[in-house]
Amino acid sequence: MSQENPTFSNQTNKQAEGRAFRPSATLRARQDQAAQRAFFIFSLLPVLLILFVTVALFFRSWPIISEYGLSDLLFGEVWKPNNGQFGFWPFILGTFWVTAVGVILAVPACLLASIYLAEYAHNRTRSIAKPVLDLLAAIPPVVYGVWGLVAIVPFVDDKLAPLSDRWLGSFSIFSVNQPTGFNVLSAGIVLAVMVAPLIISVMYEIFSTVPNDLRHASLAVGATQWQTIRNIILPQVAPGILAAVVLGASRALGETIAVLMVVGNIPQIPTSIFDSAYPLPALIANNYGEMMSIPLYDAALLSAALVLLVVILIFNILSIIVLQRMTRKK
Amino acid sequence: MDSHIQVKNLNVYYGKQQALKNINIEIPKNQITTIMGPSGCGKTTLLKTFNRFFELTEDTSLTGEVLVDGKNIYDKDVDVTEVRKVVGLLAQRPSPLPMSIYENIAYGMHIHKMKKDRSEYKAAVRHYLEIAGLWDEVQKRLHDPATSLSIGQQQRLCLARGLAVEPEIILGDEPTSALDPISSQNIESRLIELKQQYTTVIVTHTLRQAKRLADYVIYMYLGEVIEAGPAKEVFSNPKHERTRQYLEGQF
Repeated sequence: MSQENPTFSNQTNKQAEGRAFRPSATLRARQDQAAQRAFFIFSLLPVLLILFVTVALFFRSWPIISEYGLSDLLFGEVWKPNNGQFGFWPFILGTFWVTAVGVILAVPACLLASIYLAEYAHNRTRSIAKPVLDLLAAIPPVVYGVWGLVAIVPFVDDKLAPLSDRWLGSFSIFSVNQPTGFNVLSAGIVLAVMVAPLIISVMYEIFSTVPNDLRHASLAVGATQWQTIRNIILPQVAPGILAAVVLGASRALGETIAVLMVVGNIPQIPTSIFDSAYPLPALIANNYGEMMSIPLYDAALLSAALVLLVVILIFNILSIIVLQRMTRKK
Repeated sequence: MDSHIQVKNLNVYYGKQQALKNINIEIPKNQITTIMGPSGCGKTTLLKTFNRFFELTEDTSLTGEVLVDGKNIYDKDVDVTEVRKVVGLLAQRPSPLPMSIYENIAYGMHIHKMKKDRSEYKAAVRHYLEIAGLWDEVQKRLHDPATSLSIGQQQRLCLARGLAVEPEIILGDEPTSALDPISSQNIESRLIELKQQYTTVIVTHTLRQAKRLADYVIYMYLGEVIEAGPAKEVFSNPKHERTRQYLEGQF
């Protein structure tokens, strides 16, 4: 195409004005090609960057992996860098506890909100609610952290913990073992609010991939809107909903500053949502750059980063594959 | 004339634009009525006021009345799902639900809890597939996904699905326009068979189809009903100049 077009315009111009435009035309073609290449390189850059970061992290963490072995690092339960003990297990579990609580709190509300926005809301409501949600996503994490500190931590400590202790204390995951609001639940609540805008907007997109013909087919036999949603739409979008949840989870896994402000940062394996925890991102952010005199400390933190990166990449890739399949069906 | 649907002083607006202007018509019971007219004249809009489907488009408003069996379906106390159960719709493009052939037919019956047990559902599914002339073709694969059927079969499936909730009125919004000639003919002959039991209203933009099907004809132009009457009269001796022009194929 790029070859034919200049020739064509060249000929018509020649006829009209009797002048040869060929040099200009080939210049345009070359510019076009150059631009194409430049854009290609820039869109390739992020891919290369991810590869580069992963490889670099791997090499930097190799000293400790080769010395302790991967499974001892991952599943070691003691974190005492001064004694040369580098067990990531408390941090890995801390990350998953916090993420799980956040996602479990966020998903039901997000599902209902996105169903409302996609299926029930008027255009006018939608045109207000969607930008507000996007705004929520734009609030800096540290602000959420401060909100967690001044509002959520005291609330969990004063209200939720005593309630849970009285009514649910016999279940170990609800028992209150520590006299502080800096715990998994506080971090989970803050995370839930932080990932909600993302989950809602992805779920909303998923709902809009369902063709209207299907809604109408169901409504035409006299189904209510809710019957249509439950019987027709939800089964259709189920994989996409799951992908939205996974995407939200991967965002929650990596969330650092807001979590480390409210989670307590104690390297222990949590057994209750009222236990403090110490997720991987908080470990890295709190310690990197300090205490570097301890042997292998630097490599240990970087291998923690590697673990986090790999987990998040897997989560993201999975959800992107599902979402792409869904939108292609549309 | 024994009329099933009566439309009185109906005005429909999309936003501020008026789509239907002061419509007053009666649709005869147990006959096929076709609504004809050039594109954009409001045929489909009129059809969709009969099952309150036009409400699904946002920013629409309506004045006047649409009476089905003497009851205005736009009254506040009317349950819209009940209206749509009585007034079925065959859409322009076949839209099988993403489930099996069997489940497609049973769907509406389940929604309205119309049958007591599995054997009743089974019998009903067979009955309506037979009515739609689909049973012989699908009886061995009732549990295959409905999307595995051909387009023509899908449209007959949609017809059976609509009939399964026992409507009294069938609306068809150009129900054969997406189909090949043989499938179209198949649907048309179903509709003719069914007209003894159902009041049928078909929007069509093909004059020949209207002539084949219609007992009663409504001709519309720019949101107004120009002429309505028994097919024989309208086709042989149109009263209105515009109708005559349309029938002669001038536009």
